[in-house]
Parts: sequence; structure tokens; C-alpha cells
Amino acid sequence: MRTVRMHAFALGLAIFTLAMLRAQPALAHPQKGAAVGFVTGFLHPISGPDHVLAMVAVGLWGAQLGAPAIWLLPVAFPMVMAFGGMLGLMGVPIPGVEYGIAASAILLGAAVMFEVRPPLGLAAALVGFFAICHGHAHGTELPPNQSALLYSMGFVIATGCLHGVGIGIGSVYQWTWGQKLVRAAGAVISVGGLFFMWQALA
Amino acid sequence: MNPVTRTQFPICVATTVLITICPAPAEAHLNATGMGPVYDGMAHFLMSPEDVVPVLALALLAGMRGASYGRRALFVLPAAWLIGGFVGLPESATNGSAVLSAMWFLLLGGLLAADVQVPLVIATLLAVVLGLDKGYLNGAGMGQPETAAIALVGLVSAVFVMIAVASAFVVTLRAEWARIAVRVAGSWIAASGLLMLGWAFRAT
Repeated sequence: MRTVRMHAFALGLAIFTLAMLRAQPALAHPQKGAAVGFVTGFLHPISGPDHVLAMVAVGLWGAQLGAPAIWLLPVAFPMVMAFGGMLGLMGVPIPGVEYGIAASAILLGAAVMFEVRPPLGLAAALVGFFAICHGHAHGTELPPNQSALLYSMGFVIATGCLHGVGIGIGSVYQWTWGQKLVRAAGAVISVGGLFFMWQALA
Repeated sequence: MNPVTRTQFPICVATTVLITICPAPAEAHLNATGMGPVYDGMAHFLMSPEDVVPVLALALLAGMRGASYGRRALFVLPAAWLIGGFVGLPESATNGSAVLSAMWFLLLGGLLAADVQVPLVIATLLAVVLGLDKGYLNGAGMGQPETAAIALVGLVSAVFVMIAVASAFVVTLRAEWARIAVRVAGSWIAASGLLMLGWAFRAT
């Protein structure tokens, strides 16, 4: 036991030494707005609970529907949402976006809750429509003076991660108790959507 | 690997302490101390996401299509980048077009996400045009003509290594989920391009 612990300690020391010898430049002077741009972009999609619920619902639904939806939806959603974001940035108006966002949580949550299995094209069209609403809302809210490139990358990566969370939770669907859990999660999302719809109408 | 004995242990500690108390300068400020033009060129590329991401996308696209595509991109892209760089060296600094930059994201990311069966000729053409465009912008932005050519060589070396590693990695992928993950990366790149396009035309 003593030899093994000494071995591990010596290995730790060797890694520490290597890290000391391989000290990297501090890069203390990033381009103006660059670091802030990525962080702001990353935080934007996860800072609104209405967006988070819908993104997670997409992942859950994809996991519930199985292949090919499980990978088609996460591939298509970021692009369609970014298209909505582009429209928002360019000032193209889309009426009723807030209702669309609330409706997305209601309907996607309900689809998960009732295990709705429409044709793939219909599921993709529904998700795509809501993706435009979410993207447009983000696009109109984007703050100025950010690095456009890094903001965009942070924004998209965060969205993809939210889908990943949904798919990860949805992976328990293979067990009987998991199916109940996923359906319950769908119900919670749907109720959350109703709350946001009430807020939008108020 | 043999376990460390009680005799070797103090030697390890002594060596670590000795090296730690005699550190080399950190060289934390590149512009003040300089790392040499070759490393400057490499660092310039690696710290420019507008250059790194399209190269990565092209490498992933080539890797998805197979080893022959990867080999073609491996040599064509750095060569075109070098030529574009030397053409751009005498020019004054330019920031390039935000729209064009977004279009590269959109085009290469879109092709990757859709897993388009791009013919080898088209893939080669993409590598040539991307290399010439980015190389020209890099060359024009280098400044310091006496060291810029060497920096350009360092930069192109980084491009070569990145495309070699990324495309070779993807060529070896066989599992379906792994290839889908690469396509998801493509969709993220394309989505970023769409947003960048929106930023470029942002309504004020």
C-alpha cells in the first residue's frame, strides 16, 4: 500500500513539474469584448427559464422518439434558431413571439407527457417553428458592443448543451420507471409553459 | 513502470524543488518579450477563431469523406494559405469582411451538418479559396515585413497540424453516434455563421 501511495505521489509530482515547465503565456490582454462576448453569449440562452424549458423539452422528445429524431432535432434546431436570431438582429418583425415561446413549452411538454409520435417531418416542422420564435426573441435582445463571432459561438454552444441535458435526462427512457419520469418532466414543462403564457397574456 | 522506492522518492522531491526554485521566465507578454516570429504566427492563428473554426470545419468535412479528401486538404489548404499570405504581405492591414467570414462558417458548417457528398474537386476548390482568402487577410495584417514572412510560415504550420489532426481523427471514426456528433458540430458552426450574418446586418 505504501509503495502504491508513493508511486501516486511521485506521479503527481512529475505532472506538477511538467506543468511548471510548460507554463503558458498569460494572454492577459484579450481583444476588446472577446472574452465577455463568449460568456455573455453562453449565458443568454440559459438565463431565461422559458427558453431552458423548451430546449430541454426538445432533447427529451428526441430521446423519447429515438433515432433518427434524437440526432435530427439537435442538428436542425440550432440552425433554425440561429436563423430566427438572424431575423431578430436584422430587425425583421415576427408578431406574437412571446406567445410562440410559451406555446412551445406547453406543446412540447405535452408531446413528451403524452408520448406523441408524429411523423418525423411534422415533429421537425413543429420544433423548427418554435425554434424561430426562440431565436428571434434572442436576436432582438442581444446586447451591443460584443464580439459577434464569440457571442454567436457561446450562444449556439449553450443551446446545444441544453439539448444535451434534455437528451441526457431522456436516456432514462429505456427503463419503465424512466418512462414515467420523462413523462412527468414533460408535464412539469407543460405547466411551466402555461405559466409563461399567462404572463404573456397578462 | 516500476514502483518508486524509498530511495528514489527523495530524489524525485529534490529534483522537483530544484526545478521549481529555478523557473524560466513565463514570457507572459508576447508583444513585449517576443516568442520569435514562428511562434507569433502560430499564436496568431490559434487565437483567431475566425480562422480556426473554418479550418476545423474543412478538416472535419474532409475527414467525414475519407482519407483521400483529408490528404488533399492537408496539402492544398496550407499551400493556398501560404500563397495568399505572400500576396497579401505588401498590402496594408485590413480587417476583412464580416459577411465573408460568416459565409465561411455557414458554408462549411452547413455542408458538414448535412453530410453532403462533396466531390473531391469541389472539396479541393473550397480548400484553395479558403486558403487564399484567409492567407491574404493574414498576410495583409502581419505588419513588420522583416519578420512577417517567417511568422507566416509558423502560421501555416499551425494550419497544417490542425487540419492533419482533425481530419485524421474523423477518418478513424466508425461509430454512428460519433459521426453524428461531428455533424452536430457542423450545425453549431453553421448556426454561428447565421448569427454572425445577422450581426453584420444588424439593425441599429
